[in-house]
Amino acid sequence: MGSFQSLPDDHQYRTLSQKTGFSLDQIAILHNRFKQLSQNEETLRRDDLKTIQDLESNPIRSEIIEAFFDRRNFQKDGVGSVEEIGFEEFLTIMSYFRAPPHHITEEQREEMRRAKLRFLFNMHDTDNDGTITLEEYRHVVEELLSRSGALGRETAKGIADAAMLEVASISVGHMAPDEFYEGITFEHFLKILKGIEIETRMHIRFLNMDTTVLCK
Amino acid sequence: MELKMFILVVVLLVGSLMPLRGASSSLGTGTTHDNHGLQNHQNSSDTTPSKKPFPVLSFDYDHVRTPFEISLWVLLASLMKLGFHLIPSMSSIVPESCLLIVVGLLIGGLMKLVGENPPVLESNIFFLYLLPPIILDAGYFLPIRPFTENLGTILMFAVVGTLWNAFFVGGLLYGVCQLEGHRLGNVDLLSSLLFGSIISAVDPVAVLAVFEEIHINELLHILVFGESLLNDAVTVVLYHLFEEYTSVGTINVTDVFLGIVCFLVVSLGGIVVGAIYGILAAFTSRFTSHLRVIEPLFVFVYSYMAYLSAELFHLSGIMALIACGAVMRPYVEANISHKSHTTIKYFLKMWSSVSDTLIFIFLGVSTVAGPHEWNWIFVVSTVIFCLVARVLGVVGLTFMINKFRIVKLTSKDQFIIAYGGLRGAIAFSLVYLLNEVHFPMRNMFLTAIITVIFFTVFVQGMTIRPLVDLLAVKKKQETKRSINEEIHTQFLDHLLTGIEDICGHYGHHHWKDKLNRFNKKYVKKCLIAGERSKEPQLIAFYHKMEMKQAIELVESGGGSKLPSAMPSTISMQNIQPKKPPQDRALPQLSKAREEEIRKILRTNLQRTRQRLRSYNRHTLVVDPYEDGWNEILIKKKKMMELEKKISQMNNYLTVPAPPPDSPTIARARLASDPQAWGMKSVTESIPTIKVDLASPQSPESVNVVDELSKKGSQPKVSDEEEDGLTMKVPSPVKQRKDKKPDEEDDKEPQQRFMRCLSDPGPAAEEEDEDEPFLP
Repeated sequence: MGSFQSLPDDHQYRTLSQKTGFSLDQIAILHNRFKQLSQNEETLRRDDLKTIQDLESNPIRSEIIEAFFDRRNFQKDGVGSVEEIGFEEFLTIMSYFRAPPHHITEEQREEMRRAKLRFLFNMHDTDNDGTITLEEYRHVVEELLSRSGALGRETAKGIADAAMLEVASISVGHMAPDEFYEGITFEHFLKILKGIEIETRMHIRFLNMDTTVLCK
Repeated sequence: MELKMFILVVVLLVGSLMPLRGASSSLGTGTTHDNHGLQNHQNSSDTTPSKKPFPVLSFDYDHVRTPFEISLWVLLASLMKLGFHLIPSMSSIVPESCLLIVVGLLIGGLMKLVGENPPVLESNIFFLYLLPPIILDAGYFLPIRPFTENLGTILMFAVVGTLWNAFFVGGLLYGVCQLEGHRLGNVDLLSSLLFGSIISAVDPVAVLAVFEEIHINELLHILVFGESLLNDAVTVVLYHLFEEYTSVGTINVTDVFLGIVCFLVVSLGGIVVGAIYGILAAFTSRFTSHLRVIEPLFVFVYSYMAYLSAELFHLSGIMALIACGAVMRPYVEANISHKSHTTIKYFLKMWSSVSDTLIFIFLGVSTVAGPHEWNWIFVVSTVIFCLVARVLGVVGLTFMINKFRIVKLTSKDQFIIAYGGLRGAIAFSLVYLLNEVHFPMRNMFLTAIITVIFFTVFVQGMTIRPLVDLLAVKKKQETKRSINEEIHTQFLDHLLTGIEDICGHYGHHHWKDKLNRFNKKYVKKCLIAGERSKEPQLIAFYHKMEMKQAIELVESGGGSKLPSAMPSTISMQNIQPKKPPQDRALPQLSKAREEEIRKILRTNLQRTRQRLRSYNRHTLVVDPYEDGWNEILIKKKKMMELEKKISQMNNYLTVPAPPPDSPTIARARLASDPQAWGMKSVTESIPTIKVDLASPQSPESVNVVDELSKKGSQPKVSDEEEDGLTMKVPSPVKQRKDKKPDEEDDKEPQQRFMRCLSDPGPAAEEEDEDEPFLP
């Protein structure tokens, strides 16, 4: 799929390109995929995503699908979730997985980091109270280990507890025995994941090259 | 002061080496002294059998010659290494490899002075004995994740970069030789290409030696190091290709084509051979749970066999060794005990360290020994061309590679990669193997190679550290991996795979995920013993971390504080949401007391006790955290159930304990059943936390008992007797009782116990057995 033919919504593509940062070719490819998934309708629903076969074996499948329908990720300051999304929202979610361009300033890099980490944070913070509580974190770890049966469930609790303890130790340092650590705020989240270079780790390679996609 | 003594020891050693060498011939060259000696002896016995006085003390050096000399060399090498670390100022400026070469030069010089022929680094010894440990060490501990992430880049540098270097250097040298004319005229194209291919390979030994000291960031380290490992295949193919055809004189297209095919065969064949041996080793380790002592042996022998098998077919031995180590590691580590893991680690480090030292010393000695032919033009142009080729190669390749990389290589990175292209002993040995007949200019090659090696190791090796600091290149991060990072790395992997599936693109993550699932479903079941085959990576990581913390706790002397990665006062209670107070059967027990008890129980789960076992050369002492994984899990389960019972606090009647065993039987029972032992350590510690069990019961325990009984709570005892758990008092207590059955002391605690327990049970004797419980 080399050159991109001009379509009626050429203008729309350009605005999308400016908004999300994808090139026009990439947008065309993704639009094709969108149309394939939604069976040529205008909007995409959860069931459409659930039909993808490869996704079945993914332990965090439901979280990923939820993330697509989460208003907080649409960069429009909304909350709650929707039932169906259009191509623009689809593209917005995909833009979280772009690689950082080669020449960007330190500020822009930091901004990109925050945006990507915010996406992850939203995936964990399901009740949208701004913190990841112990229960929510436990749920995350349980999901990750959901393929391991009973053994996973038991240790999931221990792992989540240890992880929370670590976050609390790093972020807050010293607490009196009867104080209570409410949950991981976004700032703490940033701090503990400082070691992982999110802006380069969290990207999909194909969005870099204008190559043909193995559309199935 | 200790330095002077050390130098004295070394001089004595070296001094003793000389006359011994003088007594017979040198290591490398053959000797006929043995035969002469034997003949003389025979001659003398053929003639008159004269009676000699019985030799009380005789000197028979020939008997132990070879092992003696080898040991002496190894000892010398190790002492040298030790010595350098006693001089801290020197070791921070000059890398160890340089110092070792200098020592080698000195020794060689000394030998020459004495009139001895210094030994040369025999290629056989080098390739079969000295090189494998270093490569195995590198391969076994290869960080897989960064290696596979950068595999494309590494391969580009290794294959294309080495080819470029070889042809550039070889071609230009040929040109120079032709231009120069009279003395260099006999260097034909093929010979110079051969020389180019030998000298172009970056040497893993030298790179390891230098890079290990500068602690550079992981990416650069893996790039240069990976390149040095993977270019072995290219070097092998080029070397054999040019060597074969130099005698003929020409090379045509079919040969080149065959050369390419050969390259693929050599590299892939080497990897396949290594992988096969790796899988065999993993499979074997599955069954070693009863004979832990020889587990490390399997790892070493299988790897060495992989190397030798590859060398058998002229495949790339280095790649076989790397593949073997990398393939077997995840499975073997899941199967072997903690001790074996430590053994393997330390043996590999030890062997590779000794090998490394010996190689550099011998390089120095060989320099003095080797036949030299110095030719200014050739040598200088070699050095210059090597440098230029390296720089151009790196810059050009990086330009192309950066188009495909996410994390681009900056010019600082490129500089370090170019500067880190050190040559070493492999090049030297390859030249040494050349046949003098076919290659009349071999000595000149040798001299040139040694010069290049010296230049790279000394000049580049010494200056790379200040340059790294000057350019402010990112250094290795020392932080431990946290559980949060691990969770999120896994999370990210799954997330990215999911997104790729939604996009419909079968990328990188998709295939990695498929491989992981295949691994989990089929491979792990075969190669990992028992329960651990189903253990997901996150849990394995968590258990490892827990064990590490438990060990740290023990090593820090135990105590009631929970171990934590950061020194902080946050503990579990800070993060647990507050539960509403539940109705208790025993309202007298305060919350603080309960928490204290819980804490005690928890900490003592992790504490270990040393017990003497009967000594047997072949069995290992059972340690709590050795095969502890399963046991710890079961213990934890039991712990939790125990806690539940405490919180419920029902009234139990005291159940009479089973008849007391003698101390030896009790010990034997402990020895055979770690579970019961484990539970004992928990329960017995409730009242006697401060008592050292190895010593006989002191009156302190009585006081503790007293104190608790004074708190006056329910006289009922909650007996934590459970299926199969024997509530036995620690044996020293029994011993004490056996020793002094008549003492007043004895009666006292018993009486106090009786006061505590409302239901004393059948005999006073047995009261002591019951764990006096929880007030």
